Amino acid sequence: MTLLEVSDLSLSFGGVRAIHRVSFDVAEGEVFSIIGPNGAGKTSIFNAISRFYDVDAGRVRYQGQDITGIKPHKVAGLGIARTFQNSELFEHESVLQNLRIARDVQGSTNLLSDLLFLPSVRRYEIESREFIEQIIELLDLQAYRYHPINNLPFGVRKMVEIARGLCLGPKLLLLDEPSSGLNPEETEDLVFWIEDMNEDLGITLLMVEHDMSLVGQVSNRVMAMNEGEVLAIGTYEQVRNNKDVLDAYLGT
Amino acid sequence: MRFLFRTSYLKDLEIFQHSGQVFWYGLLGILLLIAPLVLDPFYLGELSQVFIYAIAGVGLMLLVGYTGMVSLGHAAFLAIGAYAHARLMTYGVPLFPSMLCAALFTGLIALIVGLPVLRMTGVYLAIATLAVAEIVEQVLTHWASMTGGFRGMRVPDAEIFGMALEAPRPFYLLCLFVLIACIFGSLNLLRSRTGRAFIAVRDSETSAVSMGISLVRVKTIAFTVSGVFAGLAGALFAHRIGHLAPDAFTLLTSIQLLLMVVVGGLGSMHGVILGAIFIGLLPQAIALARDVLPQFISRSSGLEPAVFGAILIAFLIFEPDGMYGRWLKIRRYFEEFPLYRKGTFKRQRRFLTTERLR
Repeated sequence: MTLLEVSDLSLSFGGVRAIHRVSFDVAEGEVFSIIGPNGAGKTSIFNAISRFYDVDAGRVRYQGQDITGIKPHKVAGLGIARTFQNSELFEHESVLQNLRIARDVQGSTNLLSDLLFLPSVRRYEIESREFIEQIIELLDLQAYRYHPINNLPFGVRKMVEIARGLCLGPKLLLLDEPSSGLNPEETEDLVFWIEDMNEDLGITLLMVEHDMSLVGQVSNRVMAMNEGEVLAIGTYEQVRNNKDVLDAYLGT
Repeated sequence: MRFLFRTSYLKDLEIFQHSGQVFWYGLLGILLLIAPLVLDPFYLGELSQVFIYAIAGVGLMLLVGYTGMVSLGHAAFLAIGAYAHARLMTYGVPLFPSMLCAALFTGLIALIVGLPVLRMTGVYLAIATLAVAEIVEQVLTHWASMTGGFRGMRVPDAEIFGMALEAPRPFYLLCLFVLIACIFGSLNLLRSRTGRAFIAVRDSETSAVSMGISLVRVKTIAFTVSGVFAGLAGALFAHRIGHLAPDAFTLLTSIQLLLMVVVGGLGSMHGVILGAIFIGLLPQAIALARDVLPQFISRSSGLEPAVFGAILIAFLIFEPDGMYGRWLKIRRYFEEFPLYRKGTFKRQRRFLTTERLR
């Protein structure tokens, strides 16, 4: 079943064509990777899906619902989580607090009940903590619970960001270069975590990635892009041997 | 040095994390409660003033320290609260309903003002709030039928449980209880969903949006809540000064309020209290200093604003974490005493984070 359907998406900034008539779809339970040289428009696609950019033309459908025109802050509630290329965490807060903020998308307490800290708020806090602890355990972040983000090494921040995405309780997780800034061992671990998220939690993953071995190990399908256009979609092997893709990477 | 041994996740939910806190805050509470029995009425009045500043400061801290928005116009909300309260009292509304209505009315004005103003960020927002304060000051001056114009208006006497509110002791206790309620209210906000949304918006708007937080909504809530607190402080302030006039709510008042949260320490409720003590007592200190300073300085009329400005700049340069931040560093020194490392709090030049508290 198709979870995400992108059709004929176009986006340009002034004269620069960031994405041009890009179409693809992501099936439920799939790991779908987008590869391509710098400036190919990979992150722009992410920003279009999470509604940071208004697209010029085309549609994004999620679970059959058209999300091209919804407000950016509504995206998370639909079950689409994302991470950022250079990690965008809440710097002054602890890991736990970051995860709580994410989990809050599921909450329904209001200003007045929060002000008085009513029993319903306390119940909500306990439930949300229970969920967060499951994610912490899954990603092995126990040691960092109370550490403020700005004291953490970059590799851990990346994992916290993934954890924060998971705390939203998503069906679709967009990972923007999850392995950038990680050392080879951490990248190895990432392979297992991606498999865990995909198989155990049943989350569909859409990933922008430069590390080809990572892409090859985890992806069901791969899409190659260059200069805003799709070069090829298929299995890792098919895309790697595609002539256009080789040209784009190696030059003609 | 105290190590927190957490044995239950529920512990993280509590306001008091360990028995030491319960003891010290309890002691402070008892001292404040018996203060009216031992202190001179003059000092009670000064303490009440500090409490009033702190009530407005709690609201301003939620806005500046936790949501990351600067307001240079908080004197306006203080004024609206004060005038609304005085007006309602003259119409014969009892004390507590009148205070509540004045606070909510101020919140409503903050909401209305906030809708257009909060589209701006950083320095533009500061200037917009400054403009709001100026408009309010003009309204207070020119809407004579409502506010008494230049001559101002008298605040009606009030009674609380059969005692005259103008007496120092009942007034002191009223201010104390309102302040305690405000502090607990804001701490409740900060340990629940609303407060976390504030913090999220402060640290990264991009991330906040992708976590499903509506920026407009959260900013408006923060501004409104801040207005309610300022309005409440204004109502008490009206009783403190007894006669309202526009010159009690000038730009200098706004700057004092902002100074309070910055000097106290952004992002902590302790900072509000320290800051309030600081700006509450500074005018007295300046008055004392006038006696010993050379005449050409002590006679100059701009001495107070100049001192306020100089202190603000000094804190921004030398101790951006404020008085509470300084205290944390001092405490750390004693906790680790022989092993304290000199560079623990060395300030690194940080790139790309200058606008973090924007």
